[in-house]
Amino acid sequence: MQTLPVTDLLAGTGLRPAEYDEICRRLGRVPNRTELAMFGVMWSEHCAYKHSKGVLARLPIRGRRVLQGPGENAGAVMVAPGWAAVFKMESHNHPSAVAPFHGAATGVGGIIRDILAMGARPIALLDSLRFGPPEDARVAPLMRGVVAGIAAYGNSIGVPTVGGELMYAPCYRSNPLVNVACLGIARADRLATARAAGPGNAVVYLGARTGRDGIHGASFASAELAGDGRDRSAVQMGDPFTGKLLIEASLEALASGAVVAIQDMGAAGLTCGLCEMSARGGVGMEVDLAQVPRREEGMTADEVLLSESQERMLLVVEGGREEDVLRIGRRWGLEAVVIGRVVPASLLTVRDGGAVVVSLDPKSLAEAPTYSPPASEPAYLHQVRRIDPTTFPIAPPQPALMALLAAPNIADKRWVFRQYDHMIQTNTVIPPGSDACVLRLKEAAPVGLALAVDGDGRRCYLDPYVGGMLAVLEAAQNIACVGAMPAAVTDCLNFASPERPEVFWTFREAVLGIARACEALGVPVVGGNVSFYNESDEAIFPTPIIAMLGVLKDVRWHATTGWKRDGDVVVLLGGGIPQLDGSEYLATVHGVVGGRLRQPDLCATAAVIQCAADAVAQGLVSSAHDCADGGIGVALAECCIAGGRGARVALAAGRRPRADELLFGEGVGRILVSASPSHLPALLRLANRLAVPVQVLGTVCGERLIVGVDGDGARGAWIDAGVADLARARSGEEEAPR
Amino acid sequence: MDIGVVVFPGSNCDADTCHVIRDVLGHRAQYVWHEERQLAGFDAVILPGGFAYGDYLRAGAIAATSPVVRALREYAVAGGLVLGICNGFQVLLEAGLLPGAMCPNTSGQFRCEFVHIRVERIDTPFTCAMTSGQVLRLPIAHAEGNYYADPPTHQAIIARRQIAFRYCDPRGTVAPRANPNGSLDAIAGVASRVGTVVGLMPHPERASETVLGSEDGRLVFESLDRWITAGGFPAGVPVSAGAGAEAG
Repeated sequence: MQTLPVTDLLAGTGLRPAEYDEICRRLGRVPNRTELAMFGVMWSEHCAYKHSKGVLARLPIRGRRVLQGPGENAGAVMVAPGWAAVFKMESHNHPSAVAPFHGAATGVGGIIRDILAMGARPIALLDSLRFGPPEDARVAPLMRGVVAGIAAYGNSIGVPTVGGELMYAPCYRSNPLVNVACLGIARADRLATARAAGPGNAVVYLGARTGRDGIHGASFASAELAGDGRDRSAVQMGDPFTGKLLIEASLEALASGAVVAIQDMGAAGLTCGLCEMSARGGVGMEVDLAQVPRREEGMTADEVLLSESQERMLLVVEGGREEDVLRIGRRWGLEAVVIGRVVPASLLTVRDGGAVVVSLDPKSLAEAPTYSPPASEPAYLHQVRRIDPTTFPIAPPQPALMALLAAPNIADKRWVFRQYDHMIQTNTVIPPGSDACVLRLKEAAPVGLALAVDGDGRRCYLDPYVGGMLAVLEAAQNIACVGAMPAAVTDCLNFASPERPEVFWTFREAVLGIARACEALGVPVVGGNVSFYNESDEAIFPTPIIAMLGVLKDVRWHATTGWKRDGDVVVLLGGGIPQLDGSEYLATVHGVVGGRLRQPDLCATAAVIQCAADAVAQGLVSSAHDCADGGIGVALAECCIAGGRGARVALAAGRRPRADELLFGEGVGRILVSASPSHLPALLRLANRLAVPVQVLGTVCGERLIVGVDGDGARGAWIDAGVADLARARSGEEEAPR
Repeated sequence: MDIGVVVFPGSNCDADTCHVIRDVLGHRAQYVWHEERQLAGFDAVILPGGFAYGDYLRAGAIAATSPVVRALREYAVAGGLVLGICNGFQVLLEAGLLPGAMCPNTSGQFRCEFVHIRVERIDTPFTCAMTSGQVLRLPIAHAEGNYYADPPTHQAIIARRQIAFRYCDPRGTVAPRANPNGSLDAIAGVASRVGTVVGLMPHPERASETVLGSEDGRLVFESLDRWITAGGFPAGVPVSAGAGAEAG
């Protein structure tokens, strides 16, 4: 082996020659083939974050609620006395591109096990999806497969899919994004850890048998897709039935008090479990692969160590209490065996029957080298920023509104979420379809949790720093609209290859923008995931996705999008200034992605968020909805459609007389509420106290949306449309296109 | 009342069902493991929703052969009260405790949404607190809820008044648009001839608290409580109705 050139040795491992030298230096010898394969997966971008770690350090991770920041399997925050919410988001982009159904399904399974590894019961899933244009023949089957995969796994495992978002753009044609977030709940004093400890304690394998699926999955996720059949064998196959049994067995095992540490065997499988748990605890392990339950005969040691077979957990169990845990596993019909022991020295020894196949310091595996890749501003930015939307003709308002409502990015997504069980576990107070979902907490009534996922690739493409900020602010506005205050963030950062300086620049800028906005809102980032190499034919937009958790002190005081009562006053909170740059209007009506994004006013936006959350929590408003894609025009229409009633409003033109800018301009810092006239004075006082500008726009009434502009009676109403017609325009596809 | 809630591997509405019985209504509920062979002593047994044994083969098919369902058959024959919700209904059909079968939804997809159902029969332990023709708003969540019975069976269940619930619009009208899965005759729930065994696809346990958007589902559990408190078939008409159904 030593006589082979290094490049041949490294073929298929994803390692670079310099990394090979580093491995030799750390081991003081050359690695054997099995060890080298383990380094390959553990030092992959997917497992090691080697290009992103330095930048991620800029994110704020502290906060008064934080119980667990980045570093364990998921972050945790205190949401009620004695209760922790555990949450995390992860991508499953590459597998979903190759095998949409199984790729998406195992994405759900994988993130659920991360939550489980924290000792929490998974209580909610959300997903953020990106596809190419829906009319594209290649996109439709991909989209149907992904949605069906999420449904099949989530529905069966009994965890509700309570929300999400779905956007389309040509850059996602060959690189769909499938980001799945999971929320769990645990007693704050019973959070589990993945730190192995206690020499002599047992290393226990729990779950499904190990097969040949998903070998090299982590390396596969860390490179561009090859686009041929080779990609398929790296995709794992999920079994939600076994996943459900694993949830119950793991939680029962943890409740027994015999479990010292627990981690899922996801990316990099057993290898990752063994070395990360050992490295975190500063101990070693001695395990025998012959004990590992296998699905097929003749598997090599490498295959057993690298398999990414799903539905498997690795536990460290108190010596002497092994049988308690094994019995629980068997009762749930799972494989449960002791495969080794914890040892005091930081040494991982792996046998396959008699022969020692691996012997190394687990830290050398777990602590991959990190890189600070070069970054340079991409050239395209100068072109797209030169585009001035105010040089385009003003489209007639009403047809433009109808076109926006029917645009795939804005149209109703009911065809997706009605395929997901979003009610199981009976906590869902606000189902999918509003700004954020709301769950009650049975354990800590009347506290409730709000969850939203948001991301805007188009804006990040135009300005990753501002786009990163906007993703955070938009999520926070959504959280506020249902009556919650933002508590924590987990993110999923989807980018093209970090080895290209212009891509890495967008990554760094986006993370800095996220960090800046999170600091301004006082919201910590408690975990996350980076997905690089999302480029096969073309690079995706820089697409950071933010999942935000909010807390409602009393879940009974929440709000939804739709108008509730005729006669309520329509009020706009916040003085955010709309702009057409990067807007859905510009993309849909004029077919242009361009413009120069203004930096949001962070203080003003934070005040609007506080104001909306307080107004809802104090019961001052009947409905709340932020002005997002499609501006205030689309927001008004959505309030009408959701409430089944019309409104008559007049917008103040101010210094911006362009109808399209006023109606369809976008930007944070504007939340539309409706309130009974008797509550209006209190609402105005609240806004005044928080220095939030307020405009009374009109009244909820009738069955038509009528929008005019102040002091312009001559031109008549810009929009005068029946609510039923608006609803029909937005109704979206009954089924995914075939 | 003291209710047994069966747990198959893959059941996932067991905790939700227990939550309503215990925490919302203040009664006793116990989990019954799928290997249990003895059900005597429970006032009623509920088969909850989920994917029993992964629903491999057909929904409910493997569960129908489990030890607890063998015990359930004896329990039901002896007059025990049995409710199957969603997957539990599918299991009761597969076990032959109720007539008919389930096909995949005509949409070919899983459907989770609120629907309306009309109460067709009120002389059962699970519907006696309802009024005939009452419209309930309950959620469904299933991929295989398209009820089917062959023509002779269909005629027989009509003649024996075994249709417990039908999908309808909010005003109580049975119409194709209000049928979420293509069920024959808009059938959403079926009762045994005497009415002591009932199965339905919608989830009453998900609609038993105001905060969740509907309390209509409580009527199912409140019916059961009323029935048990009254000591079984109430005096008067329902007894003869029950006996008549058995004879017919």
